[in-house]
Formats: sequence, C-alpha cells, structure tokens
Amino acid sequence: MKRIVHALVAAVWFMVLCSPIMGLQIQPDKSVVFLWKRLAALGVGIFFASLLWQWYFSSQRASVSLRMPAAVTSAIGLFKQKKTRRAGLGILLVFMLLIPFLPVIGSIYQISILISALIYVMLALGLNIVVGLAGQLVLGYAAFYAIGAYTYALLTTYFGFGFWICLPIGGVMTILFGLALGFPVLRLRGDYLAIVTLGFGEIVRLMLLNWVSITGGSHGISNIPKPGLFGIDMDIQQATVYLYYLCVAAVIVAIVIISRLKNSRVGLALQALREDEIASEAMGINLTRVKLAAFALSSAWAGFAGVFFAAKTSFVNPASFTFMESAMMLSMVVLGGMGSITGVTLGALILILVPEYLRAFADYRMLLFGLVMVLMMIFRPQGLITGERRKYHVTALDGKGEAA
Amino acid sequence: MKPVLEVHELTQDFGGLRALNEVCLEVGEKEIVALIGPNGAGKTTFFNCVTGIYRPTSGSINLTVNNVTHSLIGKKTHEITALGMARTFQNIRLFSQMTVLENVMVGCHSRTRAGILSALLRDRRTRREEQETVDKSYELLKTVGLERQWDETACNLPYGDQRRLEIARALATEPHMLLLDEPAAGMNPNETRDLRELIKRLRDRYDLSVLLIEHDMSMVMSLSDRIYVMEYGSPIASGTPAEIRSNPDVIKAYLGESRDA
Amino acid sequence: MDFQYFIELFFGGLTRGSIYALIALGYTLVYGIIGLINFAHGEIYMIGAFTALLVAGLLGYLGFPAGGILIVAALAAIVWTSAYGYTMEKIAYKPLRNAPRLSPLISAIGMSTFLQNYVLLAQTPDFVPFPMLLPDIDWLLEKFNYVLGPSDFFILVVSFITMICLMLWIRYTRMGKAMRATAQNRTMAMLLGIDANHIISVTFIVGSALAALGGVLIASHMGQINFGIGFLAGMKAFTAAVLGGIGSVPGAVLGGLTLGLAESFTTGYVAGNYEDVLAFCLLILILIFRPDGILGKHQVQKV
Repeated sequence: MKRIVHALVAAVWFMVLCSPIMGLQIQPDKSVVFLWKRLAALGVGIFFASLLWQWYFSSQRASVSLRMPAAVTSAIGLFKQKKTRRAGLGILLVFMLLIPFLPVIGSIYQISILISALIYVMLALGLNIVVGLAGQLVLGYAAFYAIGAYTYALLTTYFGFGFWICLPIGGVMTILFGLALGFPVLRLRGDYLAIVTLGFGEIVRLMLLNWVSITGGSHGISNIPKPGLFGIDMDIQQATVYLYYLCVAAVIVAIVIISRLKNSRVGLALQALREDEIASEAMGINLTRVKLAAFALSSAWAGFAGVFFAAKTSFVNPASFTFMESAMMLSMVVLGGMGSITGVTLGALILILVPEYLRAFADYRMLLFGLVMVLMMIFRPQGLITGERRKYHVTALDGKGEAA
Repeated sequence: MKPVLEVHELTQDFGGLRALNEVCLEVGEKEIVALIGPNGAGKTTFFNCVTGIYRPTSGSINLTVNNVTHSLIGKKTHEITALGMARTFQNIRLFSQMTVLENVMVGCHSRTRAGILSALLRDRRTRREEQETVDKSYELLKTVGLERQWDETACNLPYGDQRRLEIARALATEPHMLLLDEPAAGMNPNETRDLRELIKRLRDRYDLSVLLIEHDMSMVMSLSDRIYVMEYGSPIASGTPAEIRSNPDVIKAYLGESRDA
Repeated sequence: MDFQYFIELFFGGLTRGSIYALIALGYTLVYGIIGLINFAHGEIYMIGAFTALLVAGLLGYLGFPAGGILIVAALAAIVWTSAYGYTMEKIAYKPLRNAPRLSPLISAIGMSTFLQNYVLLAQTPDFVPFPMLLPDIDWLLEKFNYVLGPSDFFILVVSFITMICLMLWIRYTRMGKAMRATAQNRTMAMLLGIDANHIISVTFIVGSALAALGGVLIASHMGQINFGIGFLAGMKAFTAAVLGGIGSVPGAVLGGLTLGLAESFTTGYVAGNYEDVLAFCLLILILIFRPDGILGKHQVQKV
C-alpha cells in the first residue's frame, strides 16, 4: 500500500515535472496546444516504473545476493547449465552459418543495414580494448572513426588510392593520432581523461568542419569510390555485397585478434590496470607502455571502421562524427559488458539492429541509448554478459581429476 | 657485505608538511627487519618513497642485487619492481574482479616477455611461456596455502586469504627484497602465527630480505632480527627486539601508548 | 575607434563569461560535494531555456501583460529546472553513491544523451525563436555610447547580483556552512549530524537554478534555442570551472570570466571560426598541465 502511494506520488511528480516540455507546444502562429494525453501516458508509465524501482531496491536491501529479478537469474542459471549452453551455442552456430548467405536472402537495403551493424561491432570491439579491458574512459572515439573515414575519402578523391592501400594507411593514421592523444594523458585520472578525450573528439570534428579548403567543411566529401575487386566492374548491388563480405571478414579478424590480445600477457596487464593502477605498477607493469598500447590498438580499429564507413556511404561529413556517436559506441560497450567480447558484439548488434527493425523504436534510438547507460550502471554495471572467464590449465592438477 | 636495501637521510615534504625527516635504514641479506611506530609516523610514506610511488625530496635509496648497487631515486615503480623489490599494501589492493591465479600471473609480468605481436601470433614460445606462468603462479599459491581457491574471484576471499594472496602476488615478481605493509592487520591470532611461520619459510626458501610494517607487537618481537622505530616522520631508535623493548624513548613514544589500547 | 572596439570586445567577453560562470557554478558545487562531473548539467541549462520559452509562450497566448512575462517565465524556469536537477540526482546518481568512480560518470553521460533527446522528441529538432523578454533600457545605454546592448547590460547585472548572493549564502547561512563542511569531509560532516543526502539534493537544486537563470539570460540574448545548445555551453562552463579550479566557487566565477574574455578577444582579433576550438584546446591544456586550476588546491594521491 505504501508503495502504491509512493508510486502515485512519483507519477504526479513526473507529470508536473514534464508538464511544460511534454505538455506544451507552441505552434508557428504563436498559439499553444496542450498535450494532455502525452502527460497522462507518462503518469501511467512512471507509476509502474516506480513500483518496479521500489521493488528492486527493497529486495536488494532484504538480501544482498538477490541482485536481479528472479526470472532473469533463473534464465541465466539455465544458460549456465551445460545442456542449454550447448543449445545456445548451436543457435549461435546456425546464425554464424547463415551470415554468408544473408546477402542472397536480403535486399540491398537490408545488406547495407547489416554492414553498418558490422561497422559498429568493429567500433565497439575497438573501444572495448581501451574502455572495457584497460578501464580508461574514452569519450572521443568518434574522432578516430572520423580520421579513418576522412583518410579514405581524401586519399581516394585527391590521389586516387585504392581501398586496399587506404585500409592500412587509415589504421596507421589513427594509431599515430591515438599515440599523440595517449601520450599527454597518461597521468590523468579517470574522469579527467574522459573529458580530455571528449575535447579531442570535438577539436577533430571542428577542424574537419572549419578546414573547408580540404575537407569541404559541412558539405563533406562525396562520390567516394567503393572498393573494387581486381578491377572487375561491379554494379551497386554487387559492390554492396562485396563490402558486406569484407566487413564480415574484418569483424572475424577483429574478434580473433582482440580475444587473443585479451588472453595474453599484455591483456592481463590491461585488466590489472583497470582494477588498480597503483598495484599494477607495483607488480612491474609499465603503465606508459601498456596504456599507449591500449590507445593505439583501440584507435586502429576505429580507423579501419572509418575506412569501411566511407567506402559504404561514399559520402562523409563532420555531422557523422559528433559526440552522440561516441556516446552511442560507449553505450554498446556498457550494455554488452565491459571487457567481454561476446557481450560487446551482442551489445552493438542489439543497439543497431533493434531500432532498425522495430521501426517504432527508430525515433527513440538515442533516447534509449541514454537510458541504457543510466539503467545499466544502476542495475547491472557488469553488462549483459558476465563470467566470460578464461579457463586455465594447471599442469600440477593433471590427473587429480579436479574440475576447473 | 653490502646491505640489500640502504636508505640514507630520506626526507619527504608534502607542501609545508615534513612527512619523513632524514630517515636512515638498512636491511641486510636474508634479514627480517620491522618498522614500527604510532599511526601517522610516516611508515607507509616511507614504503611509498622506497617503491617509487612518491618522489622523495632528498636522500638516497640504494638496492643491491647480485653485488650490483642501483640507486632507486628517480626510478619508476615498475623499474624498481623489475630490479627485485616487491611490496604489499596496507589497505589490500588486489585486482579484485580477477581470479586468484590471474592476480599472481599479473605479478609475473616483469619476468615474462611476450609482447603484442606474439600475443596475436600465439607461437609455440608464447604458449610455453604462458603455461610456465600459470604453473609458476599455481606453485606460489601452494606456497602461501591458497591452491584450493585458485579459480575463485579475488574479492570473494576472506580477509586473511587476501593478505596472503598479496604476498603470493608480490613473490611472483621474483623479489630479493620484500616490503610488507601491515601483513597481519585484521588477522586472528592463529592466522597471525601461521603468517609468521610463512614469512620465515619464504625468507629461507627464496633467500629474501624482508622489511615489514606491523602493529602486532608479539609478531614483531618474535619475527624480526632488527627493529626500527619512527615517530612523527623521524627515526627515534633501532636495534634488536630486546634492545627496543628496553629503550625508554620507545616505551614513551610507542609502547606506552599501546598499553591502554 | 580601436579603443571603442576593444571596449566592445571586453564587455562582450564579460557578458559571455558571466553566463559561463553561472553554469560553471553548478559543475563546481556538485564536484565539490560528491566529486562527480555532472555531465548532464549543460542539458539542465537547456531545459531551463526551453521551460522559459514555453511558459512565456503560454503566458503570451493567455494575454498576460508583457512586463510580467519575463519574471514569471524566469521563475518558472528556475523552479522547474531545479526540480529536474533534484530528480536527476535521485534517479541517476544516488543509487551509484558507492559504485566505482566511473559508474556515475557513465550514468551522467547517459542522462545527458537522454535529456537532449527527450527535448528533441517532446519539442522539436529545429531552432526555435526565443521571445525578446528583456525590458527596453535604451535611455540608459545612450550614456555608454552603446558599447553594451540592452541584453548584455541585463545579463551582467543579474548574473553579478546572483553570484554575490550565492557567495554570501554559502559563506554565512547554516545551509551554506553545512555544504562547505560536506565538501571537505562527507563522513565527518555526517558524524556531526549533517544529513549528506539533504545537502547533495540542495546542491543539485541550487546548481540547476543557476543554470536555468543562465539559460533564460543567454536565450534572450541569442534569440533562438534548440535541444543541442546544452552540450557546447556545458563543455565551456566545465572548462571555466576547471580553469578556475574545480570545487572552488570563486574559481568558477574567475574561470568563467577569463574564458569569456579569451574567447571574445580571439574572435575579435584573431579568427572568428575557431572560438570553440580555442575553448576545447584550453580545456585539454589545463587538464594536462594544471588540473588544479587557478584557485584549486593540489591533492596528494592516497595509496
């Protein structure tokens, strides 16, 4: 009963709170319309949300171990069982087998959506290195993406370079920028690092916007050629399908490389860095080197993704690389689970494909991204996928039959 | 025979505050030395200076390993670790979301080579190095008695186990000189006794020199070869446990306080 | 002639700077109390401007006398925006009080994205004209050779009075003292019977009210607003707060004025296009080389 009163109060509070911005709209003729229905819907929504909120926090207080709603816990428990895990892996395998044939089934429009989803997977995986593994909050990742895209755009339009030359150049360019940014910010505390990288991202965008003679300013660069294959002429359909396969290959390479990195000596050092910088330094980890490695590796993937992006849209302008873009990539990493490769891949796919296929969500996309970040931090800071832990084989335990 | 760790007139100022005032200290080979003093005497600051976390205002710090003497002034923390000095922390600083084994594996970082390229290639040598790291880490866990918890997440360990895990992690850096910052804090008398035996065993097994900060007087007195006493950032006495016990300055500054605690 | 130009730039910078200072105070107060960069603070300012716009529109539609619109709209903006600040803290930051340091920051970034798109969806993605609400005081400006526009004059006077009131409030009232105590040592303040949750709420309310005031003032100065104005203004105000030394109230004012003047003179004498680049460069340079700002205190890292 007390909770219902509470929820009612919350509903009224939010209705009053949102009354000007949601309830009023000024028409061009200066008349004002009242949008009562919208406010009423909000009130109802808040009422139920508040009940859930209260229930969650009271159950959390009652028992510390009950971190999630029971349904979710049992679902995850189910997932942890070997049988269901195997079934899950089976579904994943079927899906993987489907990937090469998707272009045959889908229209060109759907293929291009899939391409952008794959590009975002690449970006999220790259950002995951520096944010998820090393724990360094970078808010200017779109800048590296932009540098990659403009590298391809400029080199092809001014010098006629091909895709395969531009791809490594794009990577090298972003690595150089990553190091240039990484070096001065080595000693910065977490939240200051976030702001500095954000500033860097904005500076890059503003430079692209203002350096009109080279970048075309806000008009950007158009008619960027698509990648070719041994000089074979391809129509737009074929070129898109070709690009799709390239992206699939690139994502697979990214997943292999990044999971190898994660499980290596350097990857372990990065994770130690995320947990405690001072302790990792005392354990003999060279902070400078490891942090720079994280910055460089992470920005390289943004560079590759940028090249793919420019090749896909054949048009780039600074509006594609705003802070919102960086925030979106961050929310993919946060949703998927910092450091988890499966999680981040899943996070990117969910956040791109769900709004794309459920048209009702499309307008609310960024709103949801924002909400995802807040709610994930409150309810599940570790992300969707957790416990992705490496199995080690200890020689001394051989034959003792001890389970890992 | 040169001492392993030799600190001479070490001074550390923070703004107008003098946290350490001309502290001199020596630790010989295979010696266990304790550093005691009331809270706020500057003991942890001393550790932080020696391990390169703070940059001392003046004074010298020398570490002698295999008859080569290195000055530690101006060296970075990770370089000092690589030279052969390891430490634990007063307010446990484990990598809490990583497993027990992984914590120790991180400690092996400065004694292993694999870089990014070999991580990507995963050639035979990299895999072998990795397996050696795993096995060595497991051995170290066995040494401190944590082998059964090797696959636990570090933050789930009980307090005393976390302290021992910190020691195992420090040992993984293959130190000659081990600094322990209040290793017995929060332990019950049984655990403290086990810890004392463990430290002695480690000293013998790895030819370690040990410098420890500790408040548990019975442990300090029974474990250490020599004791240094600090108060308000200045050294006030040093000597064997028997000498310290009868030193009037120390009784006044330190033991007198602990009597009513 | 040249001197006239200089004076114009000077006052232009002062006007800008005082707005930055008003918003920067919100950053600095919140940072001082809970050590969080309230990333969504710029959006709070934007919501302040929108609320004023809508309320003014409503009042005009209902035929309210022109003279009262400004005051009622500004008050409504302040009240509603404070409520937004309060609610935001309760939802997005309070549950994360004991979480790792980066969690509330990510939550704040999420909140910022959310609020921007909330206004975009509920209102419009386009720029909307902001009504000219400020009183006509041409007779007064004639005496100053028009180096100051009416809105400049108004902004300067209002923001300076507000800032002085704020400083007096922090210095002399019970609540202000409790706030300073909490900023210095929250645990100790709580042991002495100060309700930290209450103080944090008040901090967000005060910060939001100042941002709303800044929003109303700048919106009537610029004449148009949209959902995205909060981002840039927020970043610049944050730069101002860091420049002055984050956590320090006089620092925020000083930083705001310095940044405003620097921008005004760069646009006037060097290049017009690069004022935003200048602000961001300044931000990066300060954070890297002097993160404690002009008036901030240096803190030793605890191990």
